[in-house]
Amino acid sequence: MKASSGYAGVPRWVLAIAIIGALFVVLPLVAMVVRVNWGQLIPLITSKESTDALLLSLRTSGAATLLCIIVGVPMALVLARTRFPGQRIVRSLVLLPLVLPPVVGGIALLYTFGRQGLLKAPMDFLGIQIAFSTTAVILAQTFVALPFLVLSLEGALRTVGTRYEAIGATLGAGPTTVLRRITLPLVLPALVSGAVLSFARALGEFGATLTFAGSLQGVTRTLPLEIYLQRESDPDAAVALALVLVAVAILVVGLAHQASLGNAGGRQRLL
Amino acid sequence: MTLPVRSFAALFMAAAVIMGAAACSSSSNGSSASVGNAPSSSATTAPGGTIIVFAAASLKATFTKLGTEFQAANPGTTVTFSFAGSSDLVTQITGGAPADVFASADTKNMTKLTDAKLISGTPVNFATNVLEIAVPPGNPAGVKTFADLGKSSIKTVICAVAVPCGAATATIETATGVTIPAVSQESSVTDVLGKVSSGEADAGLVYVTDVKGAGTSVTGVPFAESSTAVNTYPIGALASTKSSALSQAFIAFVTGSTGQGVLSDAGFGKP
Repeated sequence: MKASSGYAGVPRWVLAIAIIGALFVVLPLVAMVVRVNWGQLIPLITSKESTDALLLSLRTSGAATLLCIIVGVPMALVLARTRFPGQRIVRSLVLLPLVLPPVVGGIALLYTFGRQGLLKAPMDFLGIQIAFSTTAVILAQTFVALPFLVLSLEGALRTVGTRYEAIGATLGAGPTTVLRRITLPLVLPALVSGAVLSFARALGEFGATLTFAGSLQGVTRTLPLEIYLQRESDPDAAVALALVLVAVAILVVGLAHQASLGNAGGRQRLL
Repeated sequence: MTLPVRSFAALFMAAAVIMGAAACSSSSNGSSASVGNAPSSSATTAPGGTIIVFAAASLKATFTKLGTEFQAANPGTTVTFSFAGSSDLVTQITGGAPADVFASADTKNMTKLTDAKLISGTPVNFATNVLEIAVPPGNPAGVKTFADLGKSSIKTVICAVAVPCGAATATIETATGVTIPAVSQESSVTDVLGKVSSGEADAGLVYVTDVKGAGTSVTGVPFAESSTAVNTYPIGALASTKSSALSQAFIAFVTGSTGQGVLSDAGFGKP
């Protein structure tokens, strides 16, 4: 986004600190790229273990993002558009997975959906076994990624305000029509960036998956888990796979950024 | 895209390493006391000062105890520990981490350091460890023998082949001809134990000492075939240590009667 004409934008000292900050983020990435064994890169990342892990990661992160959208949009709407007692508490609880160490998140999920967990009786009745399955991976990823979508969307909903919605309603549109034709199109850019953040978080998810889902090639061993394991025996492979993960993340974020800019029709992005 | 929590953790790690380095460089001991080869600790006159011992995670309980006893027997000395997976520690040491003594859970990781000429002299083997079946309290699946783990009705969690406990598991599988249809192949013993103690898995393969260390949260089922894969623990002083005498004194303490007593109480075997 270009600064408006005439005013140069930010003081120089702000720029200086921003550059230091950017270096802090970029240098470790550069250090990693320097370590990549380029000669071995292709065999390392095309091995069966690696492709299994990458495909599993993409599948589960996609599913987790979808789940985040399905439950996250209503959650954000309720938080932004309604008032109820204890709303502040509910909002902080929704944020919980952000501050919870992922490993603890995994333990909490285990205590809920595990064989000896809170939902043991209904799950036994329905014959559902989640432990050590791909479903467990998706649940773990959804758990840690959900706050990103809810937060992005709720902020956008508040910023957009209710003016257009109120006008739509006075013109005779029902609540669902207002939601579909006015509210959601208005916050679509925020929804897209929230979904991208969730996807990225799900892609990098490690601790909760390891604790809750286990680690088995093609079933529960996602790319971060494969990296963690490879590091034990073959640091070169770990670095190569990490590079793949970063490349995928950049690709997804870039594409979604383009898409959301297109969707916004030139309007300033909300997030 | 990762949680800020992680980057803070990384910062703390960096700070800890820097502080560790400072502590190390300030611990130049001017004392010229020599260390005898006497196995008994009381006969050893250790010079004062500080050493940092990098030890395999499975040694945490025993080495913490030995550290306290060593300090009591040698007033004026401080032993600081860093416990992690052996291969993690090797990575840290080759990366320049300030260690004086390294105790590995297998000879393979020690060999990486001796090959890199980072160990002074020849490492000494000081303990052995064998695998045992860990089951949740009450043994709900009724696991009695190693062959039972071959049944697909029993949910067994093992270590991945890339880590020492997994390599030992594979050795026993080959020796016995029993193939374990594991539901998960974890990256560490701790993760296997977690799945068993939470009741998520029916059985897990971990070391005898892990079962003992886990207390009542899991029950051990020993099996004779475990003798086909015996893990040997070597210990050695780093070539770069500035506290060579004190490092050797600590190694003598571990291999001496006190050290061997504590290790044997924890379930370790004689080298």
